[in-house]
Amino acid sequence: MTEQAVHAPASLAQRVRGDFPILAQEQDGKRLVYLDSAATGQKPSSVIDAIDSFYRNSNAPIHRSTYALAESSTQLFEGARERIAAFMGATTETTIFTRNATEAINLVAHAWGRDPRTGNIGEGDVVLVTEMEHHSNIVPWQMLCRDTGATLDYVKITDDGLLDADDLAAKLAGGNVKLFAVAHISNVLGTVNDVKALVAQARAAGATVLIDGSQAVPQMPVNVAEIDADFYVWTGHKAYGPTGIGVLHGRRELLATMRPWLGGGDMIKVVNWNDSSYNDLPWKFEAGTSAVAEAVGLGAAIDFIAELGSENIRAHEHALVENALPRLAEIPGLTVVGPGAEARGGVISFTLDGMHPHDVGELLGRENVCVRTGHHCAQPLMRRLGIPATARASFACFNDTDDVDALIEALHKARKVFGL
Amino acid sequence: MMDELYRDYILEHYKEPHHFGELENPDMQAHDVNPLCGDELGVHLKVDESGTITDLAFHGKGCAISQASASIASEELIGMKVDDVAKLDADWLIDLLGIEISPTRRKCALLNLKVMRGAVTGDASWPE
Ligand SMILES: Cc1ncc(COP(=O)(O)O)c(C=O)c1O
Repeated sequence: MTEQAVHAPASLAQRVRGDFPILAQEQDGKRLVYLDSAATGQKPSSVIDAIDSFYRNSNAPIHRSTYALAESSTQLFEGARERIAAFMGATTETTIFTRNATEAINLVAHAWGRDPRTGNIGEGDVVLVTEMEHHSNIVPWQMLCRDTGATLDYVKITDDGLLDADDLAAKLAGGNVKLFAVAHISNVLGTVNDVKALVAQARAAGATVLIDGSQAVPQMPVNVAEIDADFYVWTGHKAYGPTGIGVLHGRRELLATMRPWLGGGDMIKVVNWNDSSYNDLPWKFEAGTSAVAEAVGLGAAIDFIAELGSENIRAHEHALVENALPRLAEIPGLTVVGPGAEARGGVISFTLDGMHPHDVGELLGRENVCVRTGHHCAQPLMRRLGIPATARASFACFNDTDDVDALIEALHKARKVFGL
Repeated sequence: MMDELYRDYILEHYKEPHHFGELENPDMQAHDVNPLCGDELGVHLKVDESGTITDLAFHGKGCAISQASASIASEELIGMKVDDVAKLDADWLIDLLGIEISPTRRKCALLNLKVMRGAVTGDASWPE
């Protein structure tokens, strides 16, 4: 028992499970085995309570009114930003709230990419992404390229699901890559990219770099100052926070010269009849009434992660991946896509011979084992892998080896239903 | 163990679908994807002068429900008038399958009818 208790994976999950009210529910007497945190994270009580308390005790318009309640709501909102910025190694000025990662990427595509004054992206330029990107980090660039006459190109992946270093070097050597946009962790392959090295390499080739950290922030230490990308985006709902809130961190010099994307209230200083002067950073990019309660909730989510320690979450999920990979490989006909445990985050996508992922997902669901099935918003990657879809199990701090047990057992049961 | 969704006949049709493949020189054809999951389905039809479907083949990738549904429907569709195919609705197909279909799997089951009706009418809306 003492041996068990000091074993890292068991202790972290056992400690935090009680913090997640949703995990207490059952379906037909089966406990909830939530293995879909890469799609959206569950919320600890502290996050739910922060949002609840905001509306009960502190709700008022931010930034404008002078009464005490409005001061407290403003403080909660800006206080969340301060803690988030500090946790991420950024400043408050360079920490912009968006609706989600998708909106943060679109903000960059519009405000940086489409600016006619600077011509950051134009004809003959290349926007370079990778074959492992989420649609969020592909489609905005397709739209930008279509409008500007630039070309979208993809860094290839190897059969192990790693970025193809030779291909990247060759494409950067072309000399016309203006922007390189890449995921910190792939939501399908689980691949953890060495983004610090990628930023240095792409910058040396003259490219501006955007990192999509949607999968990374919830599961590993991230310091945007160290990574030193021009833009780093992530999304609240995957990081134990609420939906409707995401973050864009940007290099100050870039943000300062970029024009606003959306116009409206809050992003201005003075509005004249024909033109306006814009607000300071970060508010220049936060037009309209902000998602205040959501920002407060995200602040609480970051507190939760900080208290556990990102490096502990990473170690815990890594141990689960190491536990799960060989056991999954023992299931006849099961193929895991992506790299080995050493280069992988807490994400395992797989296919099962003789069963479509949807049917796998349906049958696991009956055991109350929740996995994602489908193309995971990465259709180009599916095409590259030559498969229409996968099933995907992904881990969070509250998962434990008993969840892996439940997954394996449910997979055996599913195969039986199909007579395999 | 008999599963209420994956019944033996559903799994048999999935594993060995009837009329799976392509036809040479089809008189009518259509192809579509299920945007939710990316599954694909195409149909090829042979139609005689009287407007009767004389042969049919479907192809694509999909889950057991979508593949079995296409296979089971194909048996009924051969010999039908294209005008009658145009009038088929979702209930017709769900009844034919004989299983309870949850809302999340409805599109899996109905994709083949959507494509079939698209092939004969040009209207690729989802069956209601
Ligand atoms: C790698 C990656 N990028 C971007 C996103 C988009 O996140 P959101 O839909 O919250 O903007 C996701 C989540 O689906 C993701 O996994």
